[in-house]
This record gives sequence, C-alpha cells and structure tokens, in this order.
Amino acid sequence: MSELRRPIESGVPDSKQFMHPALVRNYGKWAWHDRPQPGVLRHVSESGEAVFTVKAGTQRQMDIFTVRRLCDIADAFCDGHIRFTIRSSVEFMTTDESKIKPLIERLEKEGFPVGGTGNSVGFISHTQGWLHCDIPGTDASGVVKAMMDELYSEFKNEEMPNRVKITTSCCQINCGGQGDIAINVQHTKPPVINHALVSGVCERPTVIARCPVAAIRPALVDGKPSLEVDEKKCVCCGACFPPCPPMQINDPIHSKIAIWVGGKHSSTRSKPMFHKLVAAGLPNNAPRWPEVAEVVKKILSTYKADARPWERMGEWIERIGWPRFFEMTELPFTKYHVDTWRGGRANLNASSHLHF
Amino acid sequence: MSKKMPSTPMLDELESGPWPSFVSGLKRLAEVDAKPHGAIMKSLLGQLEHSYQTRKGYWKGGTVGVFGYGAGVIPRFSEVAGQFPESSEFHTIRIMPAPGFFYDTKSLREMCDIWEEHGSGLIALHGQSGDIMFQGCRTDQVQPAWDKLNEMGFDMGGAGAGVRTAASCIGPARCEQACFDTLAAHRTVINDFTDDIHRPSLPYKMKFKFSGCANDCANATQRADVAILGTWKDDMQVNQTEVQAKVKQLGRKEFINQVIRMCPTQALGLNDDDTLDVDNKSCVRCMHCINVCTKALKPGKERGICILVGGKRTLKIGDLLGTVVVPFMKLESEDDFAALTDLCHRMLDFFADNALEHERTGEMIERIGLTNYLEGLELPLDVNMISQPRTNSYVRTDGWAEEVRKWNETKSGAAE
Ligand code: HEM
Ligand code: SF4
Ligand code: SF4
Ligand code: SF4
Ligand code: SF4
Repeated sequence: MSELRRPIESGVPDSKQFMHPALVRNYGKWAWHDRPQPGVLRHVSESGEAVFTVKAGTQRQMDIFTVRRLCDIADAFCDGHIRFTIRSSVEFMTTDESKIKPLIERLEKEGFPVGGTGNSVGFISHTQGWLHCDIPGTDASGVVKAMMDELYSEFKNEEMPNRVKITTSCCQINCGGQGDIAINVQHTKPPVINHALVSGVCERPTVIARCPVAAIRPALVDGKPSLEVDEKKCVCCGACFPPCPPMQINDPIHSKIAIWVGGKHSSTRSKPMFHKLVAAGLPNNAPRWPEVAEVVKKILSTYKADARPWERMGEWIERIGWPRFFEMTELPFTKYHVDTWRGGRANLNASSHLHF
Repeated sequence: MSKKMPSTPMLDELESGPWPSFVSGLKRLAEVDAKPHGAIMKSLLGQLEHSYQTRKGYWKGGTVGVFGYGAGVIPRFSEVAGQFPESSEFHTIRIMPAPGFFYDTKSLREMCDIWEEHGSGLIALHGQSGDIMFQGCRTDQVQPAWDKLNEMGFDMGGAGAGVRTAASCIGPARCEQACFDTLAAHRTVINDFTDDIHRPSLPYKMKFKFSGCANDCANATQRADVAILGTWKDDMQVNQTEVQAKVKQLGRKEFINQVIRMCPTQALGLNDDDTLDVDNKSCVRCMHCINVCTKALKPGKERGICILVGGKRTLKIGDLLGTVVVPFMKLESEDDFAALTDLCHRMLDFFADNALEHERTGEMIERIGLTNYLEGLELPLDVNMISQPRTNSYVRTDGWAEEVRKWNETKSGAAE
C-alpha cells in the first residue's frame, strides 16, 4: 500500500492573495459608499479611488459548469477576481465604471439576476434538505428556488422598507438561523419507532438525554431492548432522530411547514430578536410549495405597504402590534401562538397596553 | 453503454422560472458521460426525484474521513442504493475558504477540475457554516480529492463536536464601517485552533464569527458561540456639511423620520442650521444613522471589538442569543491579537472542562450562571453585560462588602 500523505494543517489562507488589487490598495481606507442603482455598490476610498461591485444571485448549489461561467465573467471584467457573500450571492468588482453596464448585461444574459443590494429581499439562506442531509423533513434548494422565482423582482429592486432576510430550515434543528421570515419544517406527530433496529443502531442513554422534554424511556419490546416515547409529552421536535434513525420523525403528511417572522441578528436600532411563529400546518407540497409562497408573499406585501423606512420586519410589528399584524395579514391566531416553553411567560402581555 | 437520464417530472418543475435552477445544473452534470459525474448525477437525480415523490430523505451517516484528521468529511450513504447505485456514496468534503469568501478564478477553476475528476461536480458556495462544500464523493475518491485541495493551500473545515469553520464579514477589505480587521482576526484566531477543528474532542461544537460592526453581516450574534463584533469608544465622526447635504436630499421631515426618530436611544437631534447634534454618551453604537448617512457619519476613531458569547439555535433548551462578556477591547497591535487568541483559548478550555455532553456554551452559561463563567475566565464584571439588574430578591448577598471592594479595585485599576 502506498504511503498516506499527512495533511498540511494550514488553516484558512490569506484573503489578500485573492482580492482585487484595488481592495488591497485601499484596505481599511474606505471613506464612504453608495448604491448608484440596484445591484451595484460604489465604495470610495480616502484616496478618491472608487470600486464598483455588481452583485448577482446564484443557485448556491452549483455545477462546475456554472462556476466556470462565473469565472469566465470575472476574467472578462474583473481581472480574475471574484467574491461570494454570506448568502451565496456572487460579487464582481472593478474600478472601471464603463464596465458596469456590459457586466450587468452579461450576467443577466447568462441567467444570474443582478440585485440583492440595499433594501431588497436578499437570497434565502440555505440548508441542505433532501439533496444531502440525513435528517431533513423537506428539501432546501427546492424551497429556495421556488420562493426566489416568486420574489425575483424584490431581489432585483430596492423597494422594501429595509432589507429582508429569509431563511429556511428543513428540520427543527433550524440550521437556517434567524430571519425576517423563516420557513421551517414543523413536525406534528411523535416519531414512529422501528423497534427491531433500535438496539442495534442507537446508544439508548444518548438518545434519552437528547430529548428536551424527557419524553423518551427505555423499554423492552418483543424481548428486545428498545425505547418508547411518552406521546403526551413529546413536542415532535425530531431531536431524537439524528442519534437514533429508527425513531423516524419525518412523515410525508404530518411533517408540515411553519412560518416565523421578525428575527434579526443585527444590533442595528433594536437589539437582535428571535423570529416568532405566525403560521403552521402548511403542507410540505413539493416541488413548488405554493401554500408557503402564498403566506410569504402576503406577509411581504403587507410589510412593504405598511412599514416605515428602515423598519425591519420585527421592528415594524413591534410598532403596529401583533393584533394589527394578524388582522392585516389575515392569518389565524391560535393557542399554538402562545408560548408555553420555559421562560415563555415573558412573551405574554403584562400590561394594559392593548390594540383595538 | 451510457445510462439514460432518469425521468424527473417533479424536479423538472424547478427548471422553470427566472431564478437560476440547481436542477438544471444537476442535469448538466448528469449529461456528461465521459466523466464519473455523469453516472453519479443521473443516479442522484433519480434519488432526489424519489425524495420529492415520497417526501422523504434517504441519506444516512457513517464514518468516512481522510488520513490524519478526525472531521471535515460529512459521510452520506444512500438508503435506496439498490435503486440508485451510482450515487450510493455521496459524501461532502468541507473546505475552509479564505475569510470573506475571496477567490481568484485560477483557484476556483482548479477546484472545479479536481471535483470534475474525483467528485460529482456539485459545489455549494457556501454552506451556512462558511465552508466550501464539495458535495458528492465516493468513499475511495475522498482522499485523492482532499490531497489535491490541500496541496492547493486549502484546509479542511470543522464538523462534529469540535471548533467549526469560522465566518466573517467583508470588513476593511471593502467597508468603511468596519471597526476592526475582521479578516485578520478570523484568520489569526481560527488558524490557532486547527487541532480542535480537525480532531474534535469537545462536549459539542464551538463556533467563532466576526462582524465589523453592529450591522453584523456575518450573522454572528445568534449563530456563533463566540460573536466578535466591532464597535468604538470615542465620539462618532460627523461631517456636518455632508449632514446638511443629506437633509437637503431627504427633506427635513424625512431626515427627522428616517434618522433622528429611528435612533434607539434618542441620541440625535437636528440643529436649526440642519447640522446634527449627537449625544455620544447615549449612543449605543447601533449603526443606524451611519447606515443612512454613509457620507456624513462614521464610527469614531477609538475602535475595537465587543464579544458576545452563547448564541445558538433551538437544540436543546431553546434558542439563545449571545450576551456581552467583553464590552470593549482594542484589536490593532500584535499584542491585541495575541490577547484575543488567548481569550478564545480560555473560552474553549473552560467549555471543554465544564460543559456537559452535547451542551453548547450558551446552555452551559445558563446552567452555571454568567458570574461563574466570568470568574472561570478571569474576566472583569461590567455593567454593560446586563440589560437591567436582577428583579428577583431571592439571592444570598452576604459577600456584598467583598464584592464592593473588588468593584472599587477594578475601578481604580482602570483609572490608572
Ligand atoms: C447533513 C447533515 C447536516 C448538515 C449538512 C448540517 C449543516 C449545518 C449547518 C450548515 C448549520 C449552520 C451553521 C452555522 O450557522 O454556522 C447547522 C446548524 C446546526 N446543526 Fe447541523 N447539519 C447537519 C446535521 C445536523 C445534526 C444531525 C445535528 C444534531 C445532532 C445538527 C445540529 C445542528 C444545530 C443544533 C445547528 C443550529 C445552529 C447552531 O446552534 O449553531 N446538525 N448545521
Ligand atoms: S435544517 Fe436540519 S435537515 Fe436541514 S440541513 Fe440543517 S440539520 Fe439538515
Ligand atoms: S421528537 Fe423531540 S420531544 Fe419527541 S421524543 Fe423525540 S426528542 Fe423527545
Ligand atoms: S458587519 Fe459592519 S463592517 Fe462588516 S460588512 Fe457589515 S456593515 Fe461592514
Ligand atoms: S449609532 Fe445608533 S445609537 Fe448611535 S446615534 Fe446613531 S442611531 Fe443613535
């Protein structure tokens, strides 16, 4: 057998070797920026030099041919430099203003929508889903593609009160993080246990410890050690499924989609906020999830029409109040909206502040 | 003989519409019979269509790795390999990109070439974790693909119960609002933890993320156990002529609506001559007014970082946001960077020693209390760590005099 190669434990490489030289020249010396048009940023350095960035959406999960096409564009317009954003948009930078127009035309011609800047709906943060994860209740790339088709013009224009960050999560672990709108799987039935497999595959104490509501107990089923779930206690979170795949949580009918709103990571104006449940029970209706798209679009259009400039989704709702939110979006309000998790009392209205 | 393309009626519906379609990409790869990815992707398309039809996932984990490392490959074996044999092994290799996701096309093309030979040809740029995800590799191709990627100067990302790949905003490379060098901090810190990335042996995962200001473009506050955010201490920089120009552009009423009224702490006022009155003592460095008036306003000159610890998502006790453990620290000199790296190591060591199995830093702090965490790390207490003092009187305070002495000591220490 041939000698195995020891890894070179180099960590992350230095970014400067890949950066456009204008960024290296002006590193840390930027004076201001603006947006000449949607999809384009202009950053001006203290030296007066300007760098233009054209931003475009991608499918994130890219075949090598698509990556090579992006490289061709970067070679033609940006001396071979290219950058991606945290939300998988691609950025092309140049100091030559005259290149912007042809660059935009080229990107649009090749199918990459230019936009995602300023107060637009950015690309939806992705999880993995059926394409690659071992626990997903739905697909991620498909949901994102279906939604972005619907929100295409909101990506390309800057017509929202503030930026809108949408996230997806295809299980209740919620890889997607906080979002102005979060589209997340919500299971509605306890796991279905394949008892024959449990003792062979699962470390039972680990599984029992994983449950947030202590609903799992050891049990003997057909003479074999297995696990059982107290179905009254179970909150259908699916946390037992990764350590114990025989505890199948995904279900073609009962794994539903829920919509959450008003989350934000930034400390801009208001403090960071968690997103809040507004709709659940939506069907996991691949390949285009029309019921989900309808709710998302309704929430977005209400926000767009009613929020003041710079109010993020959560800030807008704080101002208008939840009664008005449910009234304007015509979403039903149910007992499931009332937080019963620990600390949930903080989400009740402890005042006589009322909206009528 | 080459196989036929599978029938994928549901996936086909994701080829229409204006947004770039990942399905079309999968098909482009499937159609090339001359490369291994042709067969792999035909099979993968079949399995994915099967998932769409039955609304279920069909991957399971396992153990696959590369020589010398204990993490970084996400193993995926198909549960329906009988039907879709060519994609029965579809592992992901997580590779850490340069901070800020910068590339030159030479490296990107080289990555494509490697993945064309050894993998499925599918690359996610990037995972939410901040990795380049080379998705879809047979077990026997993982090591050769990795060898080539590693030789290019790239290293493997984190997975499992170890330090994870970090993420950072673009920072000083192209943002005038950056209060510290996010890219340098990212690289300095994370490259000092390669052992904990590649050989995970912690109670659970640990993530570092770096954002240059309160806008938190790297989504650090909730998505990282350790969120390092830029801020400043002195007065913000105001160019009054540009303020007047902005007032003129928006109109007085809109300037008041969009800037003055939106300040969370009422720290702003508009003077009679349309210049800005900033009460810097009340300003919480939230960035709003600076975001709106990019030419007129800037962070101050005494810049640095604050550190929020404990952010995480739902599993297991519920979502937690990071909270302040270091309100301000300079990050300019080599010594400053060394101090940050040292602090991060102490955070990791304390977590390794004190967290229960599968407990995140935020959950550990919730269990033991913030003050115990601070004592463990020898971090001084600061009023900026709370949003308000305790409201519950059930607390034993017989160490009060001693605590007052410590506080006075810290204060006189700071005054020196
Ligand atoms: C193929 C399967 C999986 C993939 C590709 C995956 C990937 C990810 C990614 C990309 C994130 C976001 C990370 C970030 O924001 O930095 C994430 C978050 C998370 N993952 Fe996974 N994950 C997988 C399976 C799992 C499993 C099985 C568990 C639990 C046992 C898990 C636990 C979590 C948790 C708790 C988060 C929430 C974010 C946080 O608190 O940091 N993941 N995952
Ligand atoms: S959200 Fe859940 S199912 Fe989706 S990729 Fe993350 S861990 Fe997997
Ligand atoms: S689904 Fe969640 S609540 Fe139900 S048994 Fe499993 S871990 Fe416990
Ligand atoms: S977090 Fe702040 S410094 Fe970093 S890119 Fe965003 S606005 Fe700029
Ligand atoms: S940065 Fe935020 S808190 Fe400070 S003055 Fe501006 S709006 Fe107010």
